[in-house]
Amino acid sequence: MDVLDASRWQFAITTVYHFLFVPLTIGLSFLVAGMQSAWVRTNDERWLKLTKLFGKLFLINFAMGVVTGIVQEFQFGMNWSAYSTYVGDVFGAPLAIEGLAAFFLESTFLGLWIFGWDKLPRRVHLACIWIAAFGTALSAYFILVANSFMQWPTGHTLNNDRVELVDFAALLGNKVALITLPHTLAAVFLTSGAFMLAVAMWHLMRHHRGDDTQSPTDTDPTAEKAWRSAAKIGAVTVLVASVAVVVTGDIQGKIMTETQPMKMAAAEALYETEQPAAFSILTIGSLDGTEEVWSITVPGLLSFLGTGSFDGEVLGINDVNASYQDKYGPGDYRPNIPLTYWSFRAMIGLGIAATGVALLALWTLRRGRTPSNRWLRRLMVVSPLLPLAATAFGWIFTETGRQPWIVFTLLKTEDGVSPSVSFAEIMTSLIGFTTLYAVLAVVEIGLLLRYAKAGLPTEPATY
Amino acid sequence: MDLPTVWFVLIAVLWTGYFVLEGFDFGVGTLMGVIGRDNPTRATMMGTIGPVWDGNEVWLIVAGGATFAAFPAWYATLFSGFYLPLLVILIALIVRAVGIEYRHKRDDIAWQRRWDACIIAGSILPSFLWGVAFANLTAGVPINADGNYAGTVFDLLGGYALLGGLTTLALFTTHGAVFLALKTTDPLRTTARRTAVRLGVVTIVAAAAFLTWTAFKHANPASIALSITAAVALVAAVALVAAGREGWSFSATTVTITAVVAALFTALFPDVMPSTIDSAYSLTVAGTASSPYTLKIMTIVAAIFTPVVLLYQGWTYWVFRKRLTAPRQADAHT
Repeated sequence: MDVLDASRWQFAITTVYHFLFVPLTIGLSFLVAGMQSAWVRTNDERWLKLTKLFGKLFLINFAMGVVTGIVQEFQFGMNWSAYSTYVGDVFGAPLAIEGLAAFFLESTFLGLWIFGWDKLPRRVHLACIWIAAFGTALSAYFILVANSFMQWPTGHTLNNDRVELVDFAALLGNKVALITLPHTLAAVFLTSGAFMLAVAMWHLMRHHRGDDTQSPTDTDPTAEKAWRSAAKIGAVTVLVASVAVVVTGDIQGKIMTETQPMKMAAAEALYETEQPAAFSILTIGSLDGTEEVWSITVPGLLSFLGTGSFDGEVLGINDVNASYQDKYGPGDYRPNIPLTYWSFRAMIGLGIAATGVALLALWTLRRGRTPSNRWLRRLMVVSPLLPLAATAFGWIFTETGRQPWIVFTLLKTEDGVSPSVSFAEIMTSLIGFTTLYAVLAVVEIGLLLRYAKAGLPTEPATY
Repeated sequence: MDLPTVWFVLIAVLWTGYFVLEGFDFGVGTLMGVIGRDNPTRATMMGTIGPVWDGNEVWLIVAGGATFAAFPAWYATLFSGFYLPLLVILIALIVRAVGIEYRHKRDDIAWQRRWDACIIAGSILPSFLWGVAFANLTAGVPINADGNYAGTVFDLLGGYALLGGLTTLALFTTHGAVFLALKTTDPLRTTARRTAVRLGVVTIVAAAAFLTWTAFKHANPASIALSITAAVALVAAVALVAAGREGWSFSATTVTITAVVAALFTALFPDVMPSTIDSAYSLTVAGTASSPYTLKIMTIVAAIFTPVVLLYQGWTYWVFRKRLTAPRQADAHT
């Protein structure tokens, strides 16, 4: 391991960890805002209680999203100073605008929302959570603009060994950003819907069986109704979001094939150009193009994913590599194939599994029924991990599929590291962050479970 | 004024905003270890900064992002050069933020004590290290011909830098004590006021030494005038808080912090990071600035959003303007 490897590991760990909190933060802010709106409109206590509970879970999660986000911003300069100097003129702008235009909104209005329950008029207080929710989505947009520049640089020119911005609209309107935003937001709602579904189903099933004796909501006759509403909202959110994930993912695949053919070929471990190209659901083999022991394939599916036609041509890794060598000089332009192949499948498979759980939950709740199966309850508890893992694998695929580039076609990852930082320094921070993040994960999950288990507040409590 | 200079000023403004705002919430966090004797008092102390600290911290995120966007080469050299101090600051900010959010989430005294320790350490360390970082920034550090930091972490811990750290720690803590006096009722108010006066005297000594040293290192009429302003405002702040005029005193500590940051940035200009190896290697405003186009876009964005941000953040302080009363131990919900 050297400075480059250690920096990459640190970036991977801190980014994946940060993005465990982001989906719940964005999605729950909207779901909570929606439930609070229902309360303001109907005056039904049930919505207020759900708002308070999921609001609390949201805030536990939000805190972690914020602190891990600061690390993301700082480590560009700390670990990737050559990259920062090279792209700062373009990349810094969306980052700074995110802070100024979006993150200030989130933090300030969330503070108002948390502490403003009895200080602000009802509708003003409701507006605060909506503004905060809007802020989280706006944050996502600017961060994805920055990331998309690394995937598909637009709006820039090369000048004196750095890239400079020449067209701000082209940067903001980068087609990769425009499709990544809805895909990410759809995944965000899938995740937060699954989370809400899990919490609600667990309580509903316990409540129904009569073993909800630990919770004060046991005596509350409206609790079952509230949990049922929450479960349905969660399940429907997952289902609608999963359709959006598929539709946007499909468009994204086509844009990816056009902009980053190597990434698409790596997603399938497709070494030779094929027409039509099949998609393999599973492959047992070495994934280096030499041997394939066993695989299940769907003919023409990769062609469809990449080109929109079942007999379209999909370029293979070897051909793309050869064309990159012609264009960018000798070298190996292949990403880590097993990693891209399996992360791509994990993303899709786990997303489908989460959708299946939501369908199952809705089915068991039909016409006022409540399931009591113990295995179903266990499945419900672990189900939010499915979309969380799916989004993590999605990012691993996106980021590792771009390698060896840090900015696609412009700068190699190895040329982006900080020249003045020692291996010992990076290892110190790598170990420091990993340890700290592990401890915080235990604390955070403990708190989430604690509050999720405690259930609905018995009285309108303040935060 | 050309655009790079405008952005140099804006970066200074952002850091000023950060130190003025997060300065007092660092101060309150630090004071939890000094005057937060019992749990209800600590809960009230946290209550004074609860609604606003998160918004305050965003000033840092924007200052960092704006430096990245407006002066990429400065951002790169500064953040990679000050690697270990920044790492400590980051870890401190993480445990502090999580502590503030999580301490009241469980009704368990051991749990709360542990987070209190995180909040206290997480407030002291950044208060000190930001001073160290800014003193080094002003004094210059070893920067080589490639524009990279060429020293070790020990080069960042000289006498001048440590005095800088001590000054910001003392200053932020005093600022926090005045804020606490402003935001609470007796008996916490009296305690905070008394603490502010005592700390204020220490701060006057530290700041006087630091600013005098700065003047000798980088004599520049504007920065000397600002240093004198800072000193006068600080003395006034201590006198005002002693007289029970907490609002005015808080304004005075705000002026002090603003003047200190302005003095350091004025002493720095037109460099952004002087090199102690050879002044030819120093990073300058002009040499590290982004392209005119980027700066123009950023200026427009800043001109639109900065007033809006100030407006709604100001409104937050207005909404939570009431003084807080610490519940007595007996009837306290911790």
